[in-house]
Amino acid sequence: MPVQLFAALASVVLLGIVIELIRTRKLRERYALLWLATAGVILCFALWRSGLHNLSKALGVAYPPNALFVLAMLFVLVLLLHFSTVISKLTDRTTLLTQRLALLEDRLREVESQPKPGPQLRDVSRS
Amino acid sequence: MVALPAADAHLDAPRCLAIVPAFNEAASIAEVVAELRDFDRDLEVLVVDDGSTDATAGVAEASGARVLRLPVNLGIGGAVQAGYLYAFERGFDLAVQVDGDGQHDASELGRLLDPILAGRADLAIGTRFAGQITYRPPLARRIGIGLFAALVSVRVRQRVTDTTSGFRAVSRRGIRVFAADYPHDYPEVESIVTAARGDLRVCEIPVAMRARAGGRSSITTFRSFYYVAKVLLALFVGLFPREHLAIQD
Repeated sequence: MPVQLFAALASVVLLGIVIELIRTRKLRERYALLWLATAGVILCFALWRSGLHNLSKALGVAYPPNALFVLAMLFVLVLLLHFSTVISKLTDRTTLLTQRLALLEDRLREVESQPKPGPQLRDVSRS
Repeated sequence: MVALPAADAHLDAPRCLAIVPAFNEAASIAEVVAELRDFDRDLEVLVVDDGSTDATAGVAEASGARVLRLPVNLGIGGAVQAGYLYAFERGFDLAVQVDGDGQHDASELGRLLDPILAGRADLAIGTRFAGQITYRPPLARRIGIGLFAALVSVRVRQRVTDTTSGFRAVSRRGIRVFAADYPHDYPEVESIVTAARGDLRVCEIPVAMRARAGGRSSITTFRSFYYVAKVLLALFVGLFPREHLAIQD
């Protein structure tokens, strides 16, 4: 079945890309695991025909390769939702860091504008 | 995480901070700062420059305000919270929140501060819709305002008429609550719920407001849909407090 062959090939390519990204440290393991799971599950069902048949029967899908795409779609949806939570968290952190940076800069300007207390260090550059 | 220098803490007279969030308000900010300083010489004016691309920060500083410069634009919620963080760290007893566009009349601040100074409330909101009504918004906006008012009133079990007003006075307890947790984007409506959740006593004070002195409202027609949807979502779903930051006195 050429559709399954295509799905198998695509997931092998995906696996290869993900592993290469981990190797070159462009992808954190945490997110890589999600992608590996996605690619792995699709590859499994693309190769394991009776499994796919059982799955499509359980889902009530008449044409087994469609079950493969439903499965892939589900994984992608979970991934996207996960990314949205990550973006939200990053936004919260950016807000916090921006506020703290502004407060720190304000403190720094305050300290720098005050006359320096205590004895001045002896100027050794001219001696 | 938040160190509070002892030297900053309570003196005899209660210290009050005016928090003025400003995004590209160079045209009106000088007037706003001058008016606040005229109201009370001892009031410290803090302009929170929310990543403006115009001369807002410079103009504000030249007119005698202290300026907190946010390096990136956070939106009004993040800017106001930065002000509350400043007030908290520096040990202010009271804070007032005044918009940078000049629509809030500083001479009304006394009435807003009264219930806080008397210890009767932790959050006093200046409302346009009680007492002498001087402001009549267009129909669509009136519906939105009415809807928010009804929902918030149910949520905090207290009648609130003007949930979108950003003209407020806050006690030390209120400063603490808002420094730890303040809503994003369009925060006015949600922050009343945040206040109720933080066990703050909320009251409304009728005030007169002016038309904007300069700049443009951040709420365009296009954005108002997002505004309404976002606030409704927050009111219905925002039942659980956000993860609080470690903030101690």
